[in-house]
Amino acid sequence: MTADMAQTPAMASIPALLARNAATFGAAPAYREKEFGIWQSWSWAEAQDEIRALAKGLIAKGAGPGDFVAIIGRNRPYLYWAMVAVQMTGAVPVPLYQDAVAEEMAYVLDHCGAKIVIAGDQEQVDKVLEIQDRLPNMAEMVYLDTRGMRKYDHTHLTSYADVQAEGRSADDAELDRRIAALGYDDTCVMLYTSGTTGKPKGVVLSNRNIIETARNSAEFDRLVQSDSVLAYLPMAWVGDFIFSIGQAYWTGFCVCCPEAQHTLVHDLREIGPTYYFAPPRVFETQLTNVMIRMEDASPVKQRMFRYFMDHARKVGPRLLDGESVGGMDRLKYRLGELCVYGPLKNTLGFSKVRVGYTAGEAIGPEIFDFYRSLGINLKQLYGQTEASVFITQQPDNAVSPDTVGVPSPGVEIRISDDGEVFYRSPGVFVEYYKNAESTAGTKDAEGWVATGDAGFIEEATGQLRIIDRAKDVGKMASGALFAPKYVENKLKFFPNILEAVVFGNGRDQCTAFINIDLTAVGNWAERNNIAYASYQELAGHPQVLETIRGHVEEVNASVAEDEMLSGCQVHRFVVLHKELDADDGEMTRTRKVRRRIVEEKFSDLITALYDGSDDVSTVTEVTYEDGRKGSISATLKVVDAAVQDTGARAVAAE
Amino acid sequence: MTADGRTIGGVVMEMKNITLRFGGVVAIKDISFDIREGEIRAIIGPNGAGKSSMLNVISGFYNPQEGEVWYRGGLRPPMKPYEVARQGIARTFQNIALFEGMTVLDNVMTGRLTQMKSGMLSQAIWKGKAEREEVENRELAEKVIDFLEIQSIRKTPVARLPYGLKKRVELARALVSQPSLLLLDEPMAGMNVEEKEDMSRFILSVNDEFGTTIALIEHDMGVVMDLSDRVVVMDYGKKIGDGTPDEVRGNQAVIDAYLGVAHD
Repeated sequence: MTADMAQTPAMASIPALLARNAATFGAAPAYREKEFGIWQSWSWAEAQDEIRALAKGLIAKGAGPGDFVAIIGRNRPYLYWAMVAVQMTGAVPVPLYQDAVAEEMAYVLDHCGAKIVIAGDQEQVDKVLEIQDRLPNMAEMVYLDTRGMRKYDHTHLTSYADVQAEGRSADDAELDRRIAALGYDDTCVMLYTSGTTGKPKGVVLSNRNIIETARNSAEFDRLVQSDSVLAYLPMAWVGDFIFSIGQAYWTGFCVCCPEAQHTLVHDLREIGPTYYFAPPRVFETQLTNVMIRMEDASPVKQRMFRYFMDHARKVGPRLLDGESVGGMDRLKYRLGELCVYGPLKNTLGFSKVRVGYTAGEAIGPEIFDFYRSLGINLKQLYGQTEASVFITQQPDNAVSPDTVGVPSPGVEIRISDDGEVFYRSPGVFVEYYKNAESTAGTKDAEGWVATGDAGFIEEATGQLRIIDRAKDVGKMASGALFAPKYVENKLKFFPNILEAVVFGNGRDQCTAFINIDLTAVGNWAERNNIAYASYQELAGHPQVLETIRGHVEEVNASVAEDEMLSGCQVHRFVVLHKELDADDGEMTRTRKVRRRIVEEKFSDLITALYDGSDDVSTVTEVTYEDGRKGSISATLKVVDAAVQDTGARAVAAE
Repeated sequence: MTADGRTIGGVVMEMKNITLRFGGVVAIKDISFDIREGEIRAIIGPNGAGKSSMLNVISGFYNPQEGEVWYRGGLRPPMKPYEVARQGIARTFQNIALFEGMTVLDNVMTGRLTQMKSGMLSQAIWKGKAEREEVENRELAEKVIDFLEIQSIRKTPVARLPYGLKKRVELARALVSQPSLLLLDEPMAGMNVEEKEDMSRFILSVNDEFGTTIALIEHDMGVVMDLSDRVVVMDYGKKIGDGTPDEVRGNQAVIDAYLGVAHD
């Protein structure tokens, strides 16, 4: 199959797929974007026209094979076109996280030696200009939104429209020659990993990686040309590249871009995508909002909601899995669909979702079941940038909140002796750019890639289950297994807890940092007439601490039930005075906690957690969005939580 | 040309020896100053100095007992506010004056009213000219909504919005009439630092993108000194200073008005 594909030149690259789409279903919508209050759309033929014009303009600007072109901005059709246009010229597109501060950008732009930067707006242009003296390779910059750009020195700065205008008058022959020269094993895109540890690494993915992965995964979920997806996750993230470019170009479905970041909820509802991806956090926030708003609803509505949701929890998931359900239950569910589930799904924008995925973090079973009971086909997948996303995914009718699915088509999985998950697939990355050492350390000669995650195959279902990052799993002083993620996830399933970091490797007991969820806790405070002036004050409120202690103790009780991990109960914790934030380096841009940095930065708090003191004063440096720095000081209470005595219980059981 | 590359042209509006009285109270006493094309002109002064009265004279809300208002080279006869609006002068108010029950979009659209030409009948049957006009006006309104980044509240009734956003909606309504002179009465009163920064950014980009001349009243000295090209200082209805922010900052009369004079 692979060999066949390689020999089919019509399918050897994304630009080739574009040409096929424009020829086969040229009039069908390829892109939609809400602008000036109206959904604007471009057909595949129109998109091709725009992309080719840009590509010819970029060739005139000097883009060609061997060059890298960075693309920075929010999800807009124009920037997706830019990615494909760059590929057409023979250069490699490198999408960057738009919320990265200038310093972070400097590293990536310098590492890949980007020759041209395509920026979404003035803000991104300013960031690049700030660091341009450190980028000797950068020759040209292109910007999309012209607002505020009039006064800039335009010697090496051109508007997107002008580049296209220049391209439109250029000859097609050179462009066609370059497109025809694109091979199946040429680089398709380079994506920088978020880097929970150390500097970001540039993952090189070939056309083969992207196209085969897109084809396999699209067939797995039977994605078709009439599907649509809302593109709102960072363009620099591999998932967005696979969904909004890989799968979209393979199947020809429509990619819809929201009007602005803060209109996402409205736009989702208006578009009603059939294929949807969101990290667990988005589903959590949505559920929290639904619950908060239900508490404000009239008593009749509240009773109706509860009655039908109870019923949905009972039969919804079974109906979705196609199991047999009694006639009466079926009728009641249909009534519920009419009164509650239907309108609710419509409000959430999920009326048409046929395939929904969540990944990246563990999702709480209650949250997962809530969506599934409404009849939304929400599934989990497990993936990595290095695998072009897909490693495992859950088939329809075999979905569970604790596992991440069976190997995706074409993927082989192996668990090493020490529990680490390895995989091999057509999507496996080519290399880390300019980093042969890391490439060799991650991918062996036979093509097996180490995920860095510890997991096992569940015997009953044959699905993979992930425990934790392999390097985070450790031993406590007593020799008991320490798996912080396991406990953190349990904590985070409480709506009041946004983030948790558990410590205890090599120590005699576990402790934790906790971030409250401002939406949930703030709403609770409002309801109970508790006044607060700031996040910090709310986080330190005695009643909040008491509530959180209740949650921690519940988690301790549930952790204690697991023999292997009962040592991981949280003995003491502090509720942090600030949210862990990517701007402060405490999290990655994809919102994963950087454990080591948190440990270093708050070492005084950790000391207090272990030396028995009741409170601790601390000063923390914070970085604002524009890069300025400030500091906040606070006195935090260290709270003790009750733990289950597992030793005693074992004796009693005997 | 200014340091940041904008062009400031000739005088568009000139106030000559304006005096405004309310019965026995003299709100403005013999004040003269001018506003040049493309500049940001601030009027500052302590409470009760007559700043809002001055703005109301410019917008035609008050007609001064003495003095002349020259606009675009001609002496302006006493006018009704809507006539002034038709001349391309738009304003926002110190205490927000929006239609609370209407959506943001509808409020912004009211800013186009002075430019609508179709008759009541054709508007009622929604044909021909009325429909075309509505489409054109909606497009303009949407451009302003996009410019001021208020897309997410487009359909929200104004009554439900926080104060800072209401101010922005007011600015949107003023902008949508495509004014050549924009009057802002304390655009940042009651805002927090972040909201003030946002508003400053919008005022600067309006001036920069559309070349709109702006006259504003503001209490926050930091904001005034950063934003404006020239400043008029008023105290007890009289002009006590006029010049660039630096000149005004060093003016002894201004310092005395703000900090008080030592009586010893």
